[in-house]
Amino acid sequence: MSKYYVNKFLYTIDRDPEWVASYREDPRATVDRWEKEVGGWLNPVEQTSWLEFTAEEREALATHDYVWLFEHGAHFFLNLTLFIALFDEEYAAEKGPLAFQTEMAQKLGHWTGRDYPSVAM
Amino acid sequence: MAELTAVLASTHHPFYYKATTSPEDQRPPYAADWQRKVEAYRETLTAAEPDILVMVGADHFHQLWLDNYPQFLIGKQETYDATFYNEEREFGIPKYTLAGDIELSRYMHEELLGKDFDFSVSHELKIDHSIICPIITVRPDADLPIVPIYTNIFVPPLPSPRRFYAVGRAIREIIDSFPSDKKVAAIGTGHLSLELGGPRQFGEHGPDPLFDADAIEWLSTGNIDAILDNVTHESMAGAGNATHGFMDLLLMMGIAGPGVHADYVDHLDLFHTREMYMTWYPNKTQEQLDAAARAAATANASTGPIYASDPAWEKFRVTQEQA
Repeated sequence: MSKYYVNKFLYTIDRDPEWVASYREDPRATVDRWEKEVGGWLNPVEQTSWLEFTAEEREALATHDYVWLFEHGAHFFLNLTLFIALFDEEYAAEKGPLAFQTEMAQKLGHWTGRDYPSVAM
Repeated sequence: MAELTAVLASTHHPFYYKATTSPEDQRPPYAADWQRKVEAYRETLTAAEPDILVMVGADHFHQLWLDNYPQFLIGKQETYDATFYNEEREFGIPKYTLAGDIELSRYMHEELLGKDFDFSVSHELKIDHSIICPIITVRPDADLPIVPIYTNIFVPPLPSPRRFYAVGRAIREIIDSFPSDKKVAAIGTGHLSLELGGPRQFGEHGPDPLFDADAIEWLSTGNIDAILDNVTHESMAGAGNATHGFMDLLLMMGIAGPGVHADYVDHLDLFHTREMYMTWYPNKTQEQLDAAARAAATANASTGPIYASDPAWEKFRVTQEQA
């Protein structure tokens, strides 16, 4: 698991409204574009040559699979905040306040009482 | 020398601003009670008549990032912008511009290094909601210069609880020796038991009310021995995956000092988490104690420690025994 790279994705998407909108609308294409335009760059000039997703990581990000990401040690705060950005408004309008957050908790319910996957790297 | 007139340790909650500023008919049912308690707590700071605020918080991956993540960091600027795009988006928190007290930042940084606390420094720090939330709650005019201090409660491996406490003790000594006639208040925010992005998030209560009961007793009695005996990174994770923010409250207790009882203690069960509002007056005046007593009467708070034996916690013990 390239935890750092997955977290870098969540972090850099979440902080930019254009990337958030893109990731919501077309996650698979956004992951591809992000790897070219953002993921491999330390700053606008310097490239990082060695960072890449595993096939499973790319698929999880391309399918908005926050349960898989939690289970493989993506940072809980990034994983929560970005998916709130994607889904909170639509869920709240349909089912009331915090409906998305509650559903996320339910989908992770099988982890209650167990040690969670570590976010340490 | 400067005078430390108040130490505040509180939880921070980014929902507070929207919950209490939305049109009345759109406010959540808990908003009125919450606002009453927060506005009472605010009076405990006002009574300290501070000139400078030393503010302790933790960046939530807004600026500080995993390519270079500090354990402890101080800002050293004359001005700080605050509130990031994704905080406006998620919480509706407005942007602020805060003045910085660069003289105290510089003194604090040098003295911390002199005491072997090797702080990182930022000269372009943007403040996030760990510091703006308490500005909104206890100093909404945002009219005082700040010295921001960030800790790592987020990126394991984390510094130990013992280290957070020791940093607090050092900050206390440094404020007390700051060559100035200013009055300084120290305000730090963190969390009691808290779950974010995990199965226990946004439940009926916080993830571990009995941890909260112990935590409030330990903090409000300055019981550092009990904390160091009972609180580890693992035990905090057991109480909720984001409970490590408790260490910022512990740091504030370090500023107040060992065995020192808090002069104002309040808490509120805000469904998915418990809010806590605590103030110490290190150089107590009758005016401060009177202000705390008035605030406590308004908020139904305590002017001294709240113990884990308090009847407020009984219902949670029953629940746990049944489980």
